[in-house]
Amino acid sequence: MNIVVCVKQVPDTTEIRIDPVKNTLIRQGVPSIMNPFDKNALEEALQLKEQYGGAVTVISMGPEQAKATLREALSMGADKAYLVTDRSFGGSDTYATSYILAKVIEKLGPFDVILGGKQAIDGDTGQTAPSIAEHLGIARLTHVLSIKIEGKKCIVEREIEEGVEIVEAKLPILCTATKETNKPRYATIKGKIDSLKAEIENITLADLPDMDVTKIGLKGSPTRVKSTFTPKRQSCCEMLEIINPRETARMLFGKLADAKIL
Amino acid sequence: MDLKQYQDVWVFVECFQGQPKDVGFELLGQGRLLADALKQKLCAVVIGKDVDEGIKGATAYGADIIYVVQGNEYANYSSDAYGYAFLELCAKYHPNTILIGATANGRDLGSKLAICLKTGLTADCTALSVEEETGNVVWERPAFGGNLYARILCSETRPQMGTVRPGAFKKPEKSQNRQPVMIREDIHTKEEDILTKVIAFIKANDEAGVKLEEAEYIVSGGRGLKGPENFAMLQELADLLGGTVGASRASVDAGWIPQTKQVGQTGKTVSPKVYIACGISGAVQHLAGMTESDTIIAINKDATAPIFDVADYGIVGDVFEMVPAMIKEIRVSKDLN
Ligand SMILES: Cc1cc2nc3c(=O)[nH]c(=O)nc-3n(C[C@H](O)[C@H](O)[C@H](O)COP(=O)(O)OP(=O)(O)OC[C@H]3O[C@@H](n4cnc5c(N)ncnc54)[C@H](O)[C@@H]3O)c2cc1C
Ligand SMILES: Nc1ncnc2c1ncn2[C@@H]1O[C@H](COP(=O)(O)O)[C@@H](O)[C@H]1O
Repeated sequence: MNIVVCVKQVPDTTEIRIDPVKNTLIRQGVPSIMNPFDKNALEEALQLKEQYGGAVTVISMGPEQAKATLREALSMGADKAYLVTDRSFGGSDTYATSYILAKVIEKLGPFDVILGGKQAIDGDTGQTAPSIAEHLGIARLTHVLSIKIEGKKCIVEREIEEGVEIVEAKLPILCTATKETNKPRYATIKGKIDSLKAEIENITLADLPDMDVTKIGLKGSPTRVKSTFTPKRQSCCEMLEIINPRETARMLFGKLADAKIL
Repeated sequence: MDLKQYQDVWVFVECFQGQPKDVGFELLGQGRLLADALKQKLCAVVIGKDVDEGIKGATAYGADIIYVVQGNEYANYSSDAYGYAFLELCAKYHPNTILIGATANGRDLGSKLAICLKTGLTADCTALSVEEETGNVVWERPAFGGNLYARILCSETRPQMGTVRPGAFKKPEKSQNRQPVMIREDIHTKEEDILTKVIAFIKANDEAGVKLEEAEYIVSGGRGLKGPENFAMLQELADLLGGTVGASRASVDAGWIPQTKQVGQTGKTVSPKVYIACGISGAVQHLAGMTESDTIIAINKDATAPIFDVADYGIVGDVFEMVPAMIKEIRVSKDLN
């Protein structure tokens, strides 16, 4: 069983604050973490390896500092890690990112199972992983709860809004994991120590000779950010005086009735 | 690419076992606004084994043209069959804009279409408009957990595509006696081209009472509720209002209430008439799912809680005093006591 997991390093969005004066995002000091759903993807990969044998490779596209996330993946039990990094990859949207990652997977493969997260908590699109499958021309199943391998096919439980589908698919397959898929393990001390010594290879544009460079980076991205803004939350909240709870409740319902809300 | 060749705003009216999902209708409402601004037609796409309900809904919610692809291979969603059918339609009719509900399957379909059509897809849009000079759709969406919003354009390629979360917009008014143009296309996907096959389905336990996404009144509880037993009073208040109970992730993570009740970035997006936030601080991830509510009422002990920044009415007080008092007041006014 040859498995690859796509992991992304993201800022911990719970720690991001808005500068109240400049109204911009404060990113300094915000810790970078492994995208939470990618941890579930990695856990699923490790469980598949434990059950069926094989190796788990992790790849991440990003700047040099994303190696910290790759090391974390190694310390949890991944066998090999690659950082996909090149100046020409910068500014890629989901179309371009998924294309680059697909090319990397082709180079490192073949793989039986490709895993990613349901979505990244910074970009939040949930598009990159299924798009990788499309570039590779293989089957995909998003939001999986479990994966069982039977020879050249797999049986997957997949969560949709209405319930759980049991789906049969041919290998190779790309699956995305969610919080419900499993509970990611903690790294062992030994794993942490070993990961510090592990070699993490860089994969750059030069390593991917059959890449169509018109499809990567800012120029290869069909979408463009026109502008960004922080949501204006100037409070227009009417604070109700607390006299006693019943009185306040009566006041509230009175106001709601006057405004024809209730 | 001659962008002018691409005409009309398409909405995917996703069905599950023949039943259309509300998000498709919500998008027909938004699609109408875009189509009018672009002076183009609003079209619905219905794919399935049973398509009657989808067609009925698309008619009532205002489509000018309905494209229908029907076949046994479309009984269950698969990227391959639905993708193939949709791509065939695109190849023949060249849509300008495609709107898709951000459901599990909608997101999957969206990414498939975007890659095959080599075009841009903006996920989870919360506001849509048209840039007058260029005719580009401006896709507005939150990023970084709602800390930042971005306006995104797809200016060089068509169709321009976006997904929108269920509940992010309201359904438009139904209209009567409409006669949309029906275009049925005989498109079939070859058995061997469908790489994934649904072999069984286990229905989720239906939530009792009013569904969160459809509720007009939501009483939501956060960590301030202290324990699962205290959700009973929220339920009582919700019942009196004819609504349902929601929750923050903190109370879901604590195991006080099922995940299906979670409102926010990783929960549901809701836009009820009235949203009452009880003991919820108002983290951006929570706000991402409820700021479109018509009226927001916040009850929190902490006067500086960010929930008050988005609320219309704020009560700095104890939920354990305020909620029972509100219940009493309603009971008195309804003569229930
Ligand atoms: C990737 C990611 C996704 C997330 N997605 C979501 C999401 O979808 N939805 C979501 O809700 N959160 C989400 N979160 C979590 C979010 O960041 C917050 O942690 C969460 O919303 C906090 O819930 P809370 O307001 O109930 O709890 P707290 O932030 O702990 O707030 C509790 C509030 O209760 C008040 N309180 C306490 N006692 C009383 C009392 N007796 N009377 C009145 N008030 C009282 C306190 O003053 C406080 O303001 C996400 C986080 C991450 C990282
Ligand atoms: N730069 C990246 N490097 C590796 N994997 C990524 C990257 N971006 C996205 N992914 C994968 O795609 C998933 C969905 O990301 P997104 O589409 O950005 O929400 C993530 O959970 C990762 O598994």
